[in-house]
Amino acid sequence: MDALLHQVLAGLATGGIYASVALALVMIYQATHLVNFAQGELAMFSTYIAWTLIEAGMPYWGAFFLTVGFSFVFGVVVERVIIRPVENAPVLSVVVVFIALLVILNSVTGWIYTYTIKTFPSPFPEQPLFGNKYMSSHEIGAICVTLVVLFLLYAFFRFTPLGLAMRAAAQNPESSRLVGIRVGWMLALGWGLAAAIGSVAGMMVAPIVFLDPNMMGGVLLYAFAAALIGGIDNPAGAVFGGFLVGVLENVLGAFVIGNELKLAVALVLIIGVLTVRPSGFFGKVHVTRV
Amino acid sequence: MKRTLTPIAALLAAALASPVALAQKKYDQGASDKEILIGHINPYSGPASAYGTIGRAIAAYFKKVNDEGGVNGRQINMISYDDGYSPPKTVEMARKLVEQDKVLLIFQPLGTPPNSAIHKYMNAKKVPQLFVATGATKWNDPKHFPWTMGWQPNYQTEAQIYAQHILKTKPNAKIAVLYQNDDYGKDYLEGFLKGLGPKAKTMIVKQVSYEVTDPTVDSQVAQLQASGADTFFNITTPKFAAQAIRKAWDSGWKPVHYLNNVSGSIGSTLKPAGLDKSVGLITTQYIKDQNDKEWANDPAVVEWTAFMKKYYPDGNLIATENFYGWCVAQTMVQVIKQAGNDLTRANIMKQAASLKNFAPSCMLPGIKINTSAGDFAPIESVQLARFDGKEWVRFGEIIGK
Amino acid sequence: MSNRNLLVIAIALLAAGALPFFVSEYRTFQFTLVLIYSIALLGLNILTGFNGQISLGHGAFYAIGAYVAAILMDKAGFPYWATIPISGAVCLVAGFLFGLPALRLEGLYLALATFALGVSLPPLLKYHHLEQWTGGVQGIVITKPDAPEFLGELGLALNQDQWLYFFTLGVTVVMFVLGWNLLRGRIGRAMMAIRDNHIAAEAMGVDNAMVKSVTFGISAMFTGIAGALGAIAVQFVAPDSFNIFLSITFLIGIVIGGLASISGAIYGALFIQFVPNIADEISKAAPWAIFGLFLLAFIYVMPMGVAGAIRLGLARLTRKAHNSQPEKPLSGYPSTEEEIP
Repeated sequence: MDALLHQVLAGLATGGIYASVALALVMIYQATHLVNFAQGELAMFSTYIAWTLIEAGMPYWGAFFLTVGFSFVFGVVVERVIIRPVENAPVLSVVVVFIALLVILNSVTGWIYTYTIKTFPSPFPEQPLFGNKYMSSHEIGAICVTLVVLFLLYAFFRFTPLGLAMRAAAQNPESSRLVGIRVGWMLALGWGLAAAIGSVAGMMVAPIVFLDPNMMGGVLLYAFAAALIGGIDNPAGAVFGGFLVGVLENVLGAFVIGNELKLAVALVLIIGVLTVRPSGFFGKVHVTRV
Repeated sequence: MKRTLTPIAALLAAALASPVALAQKKYDQGASDKEILIGHINPYSGPASAYGTIGRAIAAYFKKVNDEGGVNGRQINMISYDDGYSPPKTVEMARKLVEQDKVLLIFQPLGTPPNSAIHKYMNAKKVPQLFVATGATKWNDPKHFPWTMGWQPNYQTEAQIYAQHILKTKPNAKIAVLYQNDDYGKDYLEGFLKGLGPKAKTMIVKQVSYEVTDPTVDSQVAQLQASGADTFFNITTPKFAAQAIRKAWDSGWKPVHYLNNVSGSIGSTLKPAGLDKSVGLITTQYIKDQNDKEWANDPAVVEWTAFMKKYYPDGNLIATENFYGWCVAQTMVQVIKQAGNDLTRANIMKQAASLKNFAPSCMLPGIKINTSAGDFAPIESVQLARFDGKEWVRFGEIIGK
Repeated sequence: MSNRNLLVIAIALLAAGALPFFVSEYRTFQFTLVLIYSIALLGLNILTGFNGQISLGHGAFYAIGAYVAAILMDKAGFPYWATIPISGAVCLVAGFLFGLPALRLEGLYLALATFALGVSLPPLLKYHHLEQWTGGVQGIVITKPDAPEFLGELGLALNQDQWLYFFTLGVTVVMFVLGWNLLRGRIGRAMMAIRDNHIAAEAMGVDNAMVKSVTFGISAMFTGIAGALGAIAVQFVAPDSFNIFLSITFLIGIVIGGLASISGAIYGALFIQFVPNIADEISKAAPWAIFGLFLLAFIYVMPMGVAGAIRLGLARLTRKAHNSQPEKPLSGYPSTEEEIP
């Protein structure tokens, strides 16, 4: 029983990682209807920026917010400079641009910072909560931060005119232009927000997995699966999906199929769910009219 | 030299010839009076790109050697290609080096699958595949593969040493094993099982694997703890080793902890994990850890640091890969020195197989490189060491030849 | 097929045939790899470019083909040429079986499913229960075939690399003719109809489910045959050769080469074979970054791929000649009536 509890809690901890990256993926999808494969590397790069600031002596929260701000600007710049030129290209060409972004960021970061792992500080206390042996305070704290970001995102899309404009721009660019929404800037804003969320994810993940250029590589697939199973257009679903994937993977690996095949089996299960419920658990069902 | 010359005339000719050419100059492709062309393959891109720094450290060292006059008056020119740790690419690059660039030998290709892919080709073409950067056992097979040689102590031997130590000090241990699910991890595991012999089945209570793409190994460590084991053999690369060390500590699990040499660096693994959480770790060593306080003023480390600052300023001073690269490059230079003017591939292999008590300053005291016609394993001796919170403290005798 | 196209193809074939006699063995080996990748890319293009089903996991079918060939040659003593059709058959079935449940998935979901396939195959190859067949992490080493003796008797002595090149060239020609025929025929039109408007296609009587699954199977067959050839050319298979980046590389190949274009497979193959080498020559510190820059450059200048750019360029040239012609729509793919270049 103890072992099961440990695995579930460890699964929630890693699930928190997937959830935070899945949030960034959902964000970019809601803004652009594209899944950005470079999201993980953007987050990783932002985390290195934060690390550089902290190493230079800046206090944690200063570096944190400065990095979030920088990431926002960086995301906007990437959209304007790199994505904008291919906005009319076929979808797969844009996907290749994302892949290019991924390899460039990964390689350049490795070159500048080398591949030796670095510690990244956590704003949460060292002592585990209630002295428990299952989850560190940071892991619990990271989950809380993810939930806060989720709440802010939900509020933004639901209650602010800007959020509404963004959703409109993604869903129906032509009509949005007709009512005066600057669609181009909505896309850039979406990218900026996704990059900012990604940077938060990176800074929460790094203390757990250690900072190195390949930190996000494995996470991306899980985050992608999590985002889809929760419903690609639903941020809360993405977070739920993240936790689900984390726990599922751990429980499968420890008790059912062994660690060698747990990834394959977890993915098969997820795809199974998607064939039955193609919009994921909480996604909106899209009806296309002929 | 024409064999028609009479012995006296030959002696006269030799006496009149330059001192360096007392021995006949013999060259295979890639060698000449001015230079020696060495081929090299490393993963500069892709999933194993962390190891690409070894190639850059080696290139920097050869540059230093060249700046100081080369070896026997010849410059060492290294051509290095990226294989991205992908065996098909390794095959392509090896063929390019041998058939197009016409190198004399290929030095330090990295990784077991890449080297396995070119193993047959190199031996068929009779090109030295020297000092490969992997600890797999199969590179020490001079009878079937006389052109291939490893360098570092092989993984199975190291694992057997841990097994022997456990059998000696804790014969009733309950052992848990964590291993990376690839050739490196499985090689260690196999050696460990061999070392425990018939007791392996009863002593190992849990063995779990992880993939390089896993974000953390926390789940695996939790599984191992749940098995009730009191001894832990940790076969992981630095990032995962740090995670495992920390997770074990955080979970309150304090087994007797054996850590594979690959992750034994204080700078790359123990510091991130937490020096206080790493107390009691046991590993084997054969070269110095440049981050260890014990060697802070050691001439080898001082020399290496100066070398890095001048020739590879981009390089990370914490990364043990850079120290390793410096060390293995010196072995290559030694072989070339010993070959003198007979720079045929056959002689290169012969000299590589004639290293006698070669101990560059990077090796731990007492550990020497020895090879012979039947022994293609240059480094076979290691010493156990325990971490005391500040340094690795070596104990026991030097094990192995 | 127009005379101009036939001429181009004839010249290309002549050049390809003469190649091994003018370049080194090493280059011949590289071009053999180009041919192999072009078959793999044609397979992926049939699925993604012509049928609109994205696949981020085609490396898995390449791996299956490679392992089938390796296991047959190593464990069952099959001759190398016999493994090609068998690999193709196995992958045809595997692709079809994967395509069946995958039909319900579209776009992103299909991308995830194929991504999952691509990611899951290496662990499966390493799975210890299958080790005695797959060789586990150590992989399988294969012997390279020699040229058949009758050629020597005819006075045409070919070395191993040359023979393998011609063998591969033969298979490539067969596969390309097969592909071209398929795409020109009823199934090809049905594929493209589904891609362009699957509801209309269904309404017109196309059995979407069957066509989509069969397309998956055929696409997997092409890529599997390429995998088998690859195993023979490289003489080694190991799980590390077939990770997810191989699947991503194939995707890059068809996009750069040109979606929905048969010639695009060749341009794409040239790109994925040679550009990483060029990137490596430029920088050892960050070769991947250089590769990424090449990707960006190609996409910016030729968003429809090389084949697409050529098509557009030729269209502009012919438009200059016939000024009255209306401008062709700049869609991503050739429409069903157009020639597939």
